Amino acid sequence: MNHLFFGSIGISDYLILSSLIFVIGICGIFLNRKNIIIILMSIELMLLAVNINFVAFSVYLGDIAGQIFTIFVLTVAAAEAAIGLAILVVFYRNRGSIEAEDINSMRG
Amino acid sequence: MLDTGFIATAVLFLPLLAAVLVGLSVRFINVKLSQFITCSALVLSAIGAGVVFNEVALSHHVIKISLLNWIDSGDFKVNWSLRVDSLTAVMLVVVTWVSAVVHIYSVGYMSHDEHRPRFMAYLSFFTFFMLMLVTSDNLIQLFLGWEGVGLCSYLLIGFWFKKPEANAAAMKAFIVNRVGDLGFALGVAAIFVIFGSVQFDVIFASVAAHSGDTMHFLSNDYHALTLICFLLFIGAMGKSAQLGLHTWLPDAMEGPTPVSALIHAATMVTAGVFLVARCSPLFEHAPAALQFVTVVGALTAFFAATVGLVQNDIKRVIAYSTCSQLGYMFFACGVGAYSAGVFHLMTHAFFKALLFLGAGSVIHAMSGEQDMRNMGGIWKKIPFTYTYMWIGSLALAGMPFFAGYYSKDVILEAAYAAHSTVGNFAFVLGILAAFMTAFYSWRLLFMTFHGKPRASHDVMHHVHESPAIMLVPLLLLAAGALFSGYIGHDIFHMVGSHHAVGFDFWQGAIKSANVVEHIEASEVPHWVGLLPTLIGILGISLAYILYIAKPAIPSKLAHIFPKLYLFLLNKWYFDELYDAIFVQPAKRLGVHLWKFWDTIIIDGLGPNGFAWLSLQFGKGTSKLQTGYIYHYAFVMLSGLVLLVGSVLFIAGKN
Amino acid sequence: MIASLVFYLFATVLLISALAVISSRNPVYSVLFLILAFFNAAGLFLLIGAEYLAMTLIIVYVGAVAVLFLFVVMMLNVKITAIKESFLSYLPLGLLIAGVFFAEIIFAIFASLKNPRVFAAAKADATISNTQAIGNVLYTDYIAIFQISGLILLVAMIGAIVLTHRKRPGVLRQVIATQINRKRKDAVELVKVKSGQGA
Repeated sequence: MNHLFFGSIGISDYLILSSLIFVIGICGIFLNRKNIIIILMSIELMLLAVNINFVAFSVYLGDIAGQIFTIFVLTVAAAEAAIGLAILVVFYRNRGSIEAEDINSMRG
Repeated sequence: MLDTGFIATAVLFLPLLAAVLVGLSVRFINVKLSQFITCSALVLSAIGAGVVFNEVALSHHVIKISLLNWIDSGDFKVNWSLRVDSLTAVMLVVVTWVSAVVHIYSVGYMSHDEHRPRFMAYLSFFTFFMLMLVTSDNLIQLFLGWEGVGLCSYLLIGFWFKKPEANAAAMKAFIVNRVGDLGFALGVAAIFVIFGSVQFDVIFASVAAHSGDTMHFLSNDYHALTLICFLLFIGAMGKSAQLGLHTWLPDAMEGPTPVSALIHAATMVTAGVFLVARCSPLFEHAPAALQFVTVVGALTAFFAATVGLVQNDIKRVIAYSTCSQLGYMFFACGVGAYSAGVFHLMTHAFFKALLFLGAGSVIHAMSGEQDMRNMGGIWKKIPFTYTYMWIGSLALAGMPFFAGYYSKDVILEAAYAAHSTVGNFAFVLGILAAFMTAFYSWRLLFMTFHGKPRASHDVMHHVHESPAIMLVPLLLLAAGALFSGYIGHDIFHMVGSHHAVGFDFWQGAIKSANVVEHIEASEVPHWVGLLPTLIGILGISLAYILYIAKPAIPSKLAHIFPKLYLFLLNKWYFDELYDAIFVQPAKRLGVHLWKFWDTIIIDGLGPNGFAWLSLQFGKGTSKLQTGYIYHYAFVMLSGLVLLVGSVLFIAGKN
Repeated sequence: MIASLVFYLFATVLLISALAVISSRNPVYSVLFLILAFFNAAGLFLLIGAEYLAMTLIIVYVGAVAVLFLFVVMMLNVKITAIKESFLSYLPLGLLIAGVFFAEIIFAIFASLKNPRVFAAAKADATISNTQAIGNVLYTDYIAIFQISGLILLVAMIGAIVLTHRKRPGVLRQVIATQINRKRKDAVELVKVKSGQGA
């Protein structure tokens, strides 16, 4: 890695950071056994990572379109979080639990 | 006037026509109509056969008719064609006359049967195949007839198919025949390899040229003609129930009596003799094969006679008698007196059919009883049948002036005149067999007709003479048994070289060796001619002593020699031997192949295995669906990782 | 140098809070750490010069989404659970796969970037602020997408309401169709009233 501590920050640093957060978000999805809300939050983390990536490239390339796209990602993420939570609430009403390990009625 | 060729074709195809007509309409045809169609077809055929005989044998006009092209494959050309020479003419007469008589007899004998149309159709069908066999121009057509008579024999033996013994006997007959047929087929193939053709004309014309050929088989060289004749004789052994392939003939008595008379006395079993006679030019160049034929024939004659001594079923005695007489015919051919063999075939057809049909008449009179131990004392009640049985037995024993005298005597003289080891062997066994033949024939007569009645009172009350429709055929056959010998020998000169009598009956249809000329030249001492007659009278006397004068002796003898008695009664344990060697191992092999290889391995690996595999696969795959989202997400991620990795890898390579 | 220090500060806190989101036992803590992560990301955006987006991030994500999360967590009364043993047994394999993935991404990044160390290669017009720059393009080139995203939000709103709507028994609801379909003869009855008599 061509990375100098306390040197100037280059795009690679932002990209590495964004990919780290992305991977953390992914781990959150399948390593969690606690409840479903963690999954939704991990999705938000992944979207955040993507946003950082977009903005970094937008500044790097001087193209404002990256930031435009980020706005829309924001919008969609908000909408998706709302729907996801609504589903979760209804699910909790019917099942009484949002433990990830209790949700296996689709077992084959 | 009708062309003789057309008549010959009609003789061949009329029975087929009748068989097809009746056979296809078995379910709804009027019984009397079916009988009329078949019997009239056979009678017409018989008349036609007489005309053909007159034309061909007596006027020396060989007929060759080509009907159709059949196989034309490279060098292998076979046609449907008929060849009618003296030998064929004799066989035509024998087959059609005996068959016509049997047809008419069956009308009376089977009168209580519910399947009469089928029976008549089968009889006519059989006759057609036998006629095809004797009129064939080439070996393949002969083989067709050969197989056809085997098939009809199966159908007719198993006619009463509801009886399990009949079914088993039919299968046994067919299977044992099959063993012989394998030899025959191999022989035909060998002939094709050596001669390049299967037509008799072509083969016989070039026999001398190929007489020294050898065939290479399994890293050994064999004299080709010996091998061929040996294989053909194996086929004849199967068909004519010679020692080794004889086991089916006694069991074939499960069929109705007319069947036994037609097939197992006069026609099918003589097909083997016909084959050997037809191929006599071949056999003449294969002395080793001829010796084998002589030995087998002599042994069969002896063996069958010994077994016939102690049998209790009336039909079985006559069956073993047939087997024994066939042995005579074969060893006659074996020493080179083919004409004597065929002559005996002709006379034997008449008197053996007479004996069988007479036995049928007895069975009919005794309300279905076939065991001689339950008969006796009925000669006054059924005089005609009694007379006919006497005539047949006298002919069989070779008493002077009866038919058998001429043919049997010639055979024994020929065996003596051959002056070879096998000839003398055959002569001795033949004399012994003649003695035993006379003995068991009169044993049959005495046990069946004389003495105190051993049947129940009801049966004895019911004993009546057969109706005319059964007696007239017997009369016709009796005429044949009486006169065919004299006519054949002294009038047609069927036996005898043309040097002596200036009339060549066979015209080269059969190759006659010098043996017959030796007989004609009186190189045979007188006592050889008288011996069979003397032996016959001895046999009759012994039978009289044991069964009329002192009837207690036979059972005492059985007690003194129990092992010998049982050995003979159980047919020298051939059936048990074959059962142990062939049947049981085959069964065990079959069961093993089925239970283990078929069920477990093939089914297991095949359909069941695949089904099990699919099930396992399904079960395994269904375990993948755990229902937990995080499992699914993990799998997705892993897939994604692999995908991205492969893309990077490929991109990196380029 | 200060810039890089600030960057590292923000980045570190962001990473730690991201880790804390997924590994906290208390779900409320997870949400709070998510909020912290958002704040730090906004800081990073500010650092890079995308201030409009930074503010939008805080307003939308922190102000709306994260609060929504908090509401739901509180409402559902999610219990504090202990870390299950099964979690720990899956950890190595999961970390391995995630690590491989991370490595692939890094590899892809560095294989394709020519000058990863250079930033602001082509700086656009420095006179316009970030907000103005966005505004210049948003309502002109990307107007269609803008409207569509509005529609998406509308649909999400309707969807959320429809999903969670409960019919309570005993609650009177207006059925507008019935109201409108009321005929005059059902509503009004003319009664001749004698004077002084009342209805």
